[in-house]
Amino acid sequence: MSGPVPVRLNVNGEEHQLEVEPRLLLVHALRDNLELTGTHVGCDTSNCGACTVHLDGRAVKSCTVLAVQADGASVTTIEGLGSEGELHPLQEAFWNDHALQCGYCTPGMIMAAAGLLAENPNPTEEEVRHGLEGNLCRCTGYHNIVKAVLDAAKAKGATVGAPEVTA
Amino acid sequence: MSTVAEPHVGRALRRKEDPRLITGRARYVDDISLPGTLWAAFVRSPEAHARIVSIDTSAANARPGVHAVFTGKDLTDLGGPLPMAWVPPGVEVKNPEHWPLAKDEVKHVGDPVAMVIGADRYEVVDAAECVAVEYESLPVITDPEAALEGGPFVHEELGTNKVHEWSLAGGDLDAGFAEADVVVERRVVNHRTAGAAIEPRGVLADYRAGQLTLWSSTQVPHFVRLFTAILLGMSEERVRVIAPEVGGGFGSKLQVYGEEILACWASRKTGHPIKWIETRSENMAVTHQGRDQISYVRMGAKRDGTVTAFHVKIIADFGAYNMLLTPLIPSLGAFVMGGCYKIPAVTTDIVGVFTNKCPTDAIRGAGRPEATHMIEVTLDQMAAELGMDPIEIRRKNFIPPEDFPAAVATGVVYDSGDYQKTLDRLLEHVDFPAFRREQEELRGKGVYRGIGLSTYTEICGLAPSRITGPGGVGVQAGGWESAMVRVHNTGAVTAYTGSSGHGQGHETAFAQIVADRLGVDPANVEVLHGDTGTGPEGRNTYGSRSLAVGGEALAKCATKIAEKAKAIVAYQLEAAPEDIEVRDGQFSVKGSPDKAMTLADIAGAAYLNLIPDGMEPGLEDTTFYDPENFVFPFGAHACIVDVDADTGKIKVERYVAVDDCGKAINPLLIDGQLHGGIVHALGQALYERIHYDEDGQLVTGTFVDYALPTAAELPSFELDRTETPSPVNSLGAKGIGEAGTIAASAAVTNAVIDALRPLGVTYVNMPLSPMRVWEAIAEAKGASPEGGVHA
Repeated sequence: MSGPVPVRLNVNGEEHQLEVEPRLLLVHALRDNLELTGTHVGCDTSNCGACTVHLDGRAVKSCTVLAVQADGASVTTIEGLGSEGELHPLQEAFWNDHALQCGYCTPGMIMAAAGLLAENPNPTEEEVRHGLEGNLCRCTGYHNIVKAVLDAAKAKGATVGAPEVTA
Repeated sequence: MSTVAEPHVGRALRRKEDPRLITGRARYVDDISLPGTLWAAFVRSPEAHARIVSIDTSAANARPGVHAVFTGKDLTDLGGPLPMAWVPPGVEVKNPEHWPLAKDEVKHVGDPVAMVIGADRYEVVDAAECVAVEYESLPVITDPEAALEGGPFVHEELGTNKVHEWSLAGGDLDAGFAEADVVVERRVVNHRTAGAAIEPRGVLADYRAGQLTLWSSTQVPHFVRLFTAILLGMSEERVRVIAPEVGGGFGSKLQVYGEEILACWASRKTGHPIKWIETRSENMAVTHQGRDQISYVRMGAKRDGTVTAFHVKIIADFGAYNMLLTPLIPSLGAFVMGGCYKIPAVTTDIVGVFTNKCPTDAIRGAGRPEATHMIEVTLDQMAAELGMDPIEIRRKNFIPPEDFPAAVATGVVYDSGDYQKTLDRLLEHVDFPAFRREQEELRGKGVYRGIGLSTYTEICGLAPSRITGPGGVGVQAGGWESAMVRVHNTGAVTAYTGSSGHGQGHETAFAQIVADRLGVDPANVEVLHGDTGTGPEGRNTYGSRSLAVGGEALAKCATKIAEKAKAIVAYQLEAAPEDIEVRDGQFSVKGSPDKAMTLADIAGAAYLNLIPDGMEPGLEDTTFYDPENFVFPFGAHACIVDVDADTGKIKVERYVAVDDCGKAINPLLIDGQLHGGIVHALGQALYERIHYDEDGQLVTGTFVDYALPTAAELPSFELDRTETPSPVNSLGAKGIGEAGTIAASAAVTNAVIDALRPLGVTYVNMPLSPMRVWEAIAEAKGASPEGGVHA
């Protein structure tokens, strides 16, 4: 195996220099190296979407990206989307609409929804359902998740979406 | 301290637990790190049945960072095999030893044979791949009906694959069938499914200085603590089990798993904390699965639709071993095998069987979804046989509201119900005559639309110990729940429950219950659960028991605190204790609302010892509550589907559900449980199937092959509710965690059959995959499905 390689990541607005094994997944770099444990892992085949983050503004499954592939990129995780005192409209809508139960899929679901709304600020229910089909939830039956995404879109109109992250 | 006047129970409060979950600040097992932690990875059998000839660990041991490799032979100091906790009186249950690491033979794909311990989470997986295991293949059996007929045997020493036989009978079955004008018989398959919580299992065990702490993604930390102590030979008070944030369970984490025991054992052995996080592929292969019953059902009815007898023979596939409650699960359905109908004779005969597959155990509903499916689908079959409307046959047989509490043929007493009311409410939402007209029109255009009903009741709130315990059904555990309420100096409240939430909303609903009794805001009631080190001994979360048993325990405990608080107020304000009431967020003298103390005032007095002579200072109490009876939620569901007759593909167009779980504590949470519960059953009926080939190889081993429903396949749901209080507990509440799952598979199956009747299809078993449906259509047309083109 080749040795560690340097990787530069901007995560939630902060610059990080890491030395990682070439095979290290981005999700593990975020969780284990940067201790941002809000991004979860629910499968090993890129089906569940619990690991969804934004990479240079686009929603990606971070279990399917090597940390080295993200070299030089900006990453936004759930921790960078909003905080308890300053919730993102999607976080607020998920809370209001009971769009989560165990919460495990939630960070990925919210990041995927933010990616969806960035591309389509006023989606129909059908568009939300198809837009989230890469994210699995076992608790909610998706009913309240779909409602929350539509409510967040209504609440913020076209401004909801990927947050601005300073480079 | 804020106080709020109106009752909090009944309000759709948004959840107290959500801020940490929506911001990524929650801590699941994999989010917890301890210094010096080593990682575990397992070497698992690729064979469904084989003798272990040799295990060579040398190459793995030589890998960088590897500390140890353990096999079954190393477990000499383990107190025994994994537990099974059901001992039904008078019934022999064959229970072969099930070790956390296989000792001589592997019995199913995924059976663990070695545990590798190393410093790095990636390298320990590399090392596990270097363990060389030589297997001698043994004959494999996967078909439960063939396994009952004879060999090969999963456990050769038993000379049979039959685990047990168990029956529950009430009423005169022969007389019932003799009275019947029509008898309907069906073979009902309820196929194997996965729990598929999105957080896989995980453990972190830390043994140091004689004290063991285990963090585990479990529904049952109290059970895990007991068995960890027993198997490790430790005194129970030295073992603490914590279920931190748990990412869903659905029954699959109601278990004492080998990995939990092994992580603790290896931590003691190596002197390091040990962490293991299950991969999804492992989860699909070794986390216990559910359902997998083949049943032969017979229903007898008179010409007018009156059902006179129902007989069910269940062949339950237990997989390779009995786990904690494996053989009990089908029995849970037997108690409600008569559904919400007045059937004079109901018999359930169960036979359990071993096969070379992953063990089954409780998965959401656990025996009751299977029971409802059998009753509700068979009832529709009977209606068709009689030329009756599915609504009318239900109305004809409902237990009438005046019969409650209703003793039914299976020997249990349904606590409360009004089945006609939920059905009537459903029919307000779903215009059946209009639907039938629309259906007819659409058929003319080649669109096959169908509607299916499921009017169900279920048994939950496990459990009255007198019925389920050692003297009753034989579960070796009491069914009570504990509560502890502590009012702090400032009037803030901590409430401990022995139930162990993992997404249900305990922290919110239980805070509402306690807040009303103590005149405080739920925001100031912190509910703690899932830690054997902080609260009293508990009995955990499963069987929709948390609210009806755990919530009631908290209500009783808070009431005890309120009684003491009243005595303190009476003493302070020179009034009689019986004249003190909780009103507008205060304890006040009846008729003199200005003479009042808040809980903060009262707690201050209690801790400053400004209380009556002879009263103990402080303001906390503990309650253990064992219910007198189960609770029986019920409801009426309707599903409308379109079936593409060319491809067999099904689309759920509409799903309407009216449920009754007694008094609503938090309607937001009830709806959430129903949404998820319904989808769990729709998933089983339409998409999900754990499939083993005849060599015992798991075909559906990842989320690529095992199709969990996504948002794109589903409609939004239309829910309504009636409230028929339970007389069993002071809350009037019933469980709702499993009801949706228990109801829904029959509704969608009946809808599909209804859609396909014009094509000659009269019955079809789940899973209703496009292939299965297409085959059913082809068969009905007289074409050979084998020879046809598979769409």
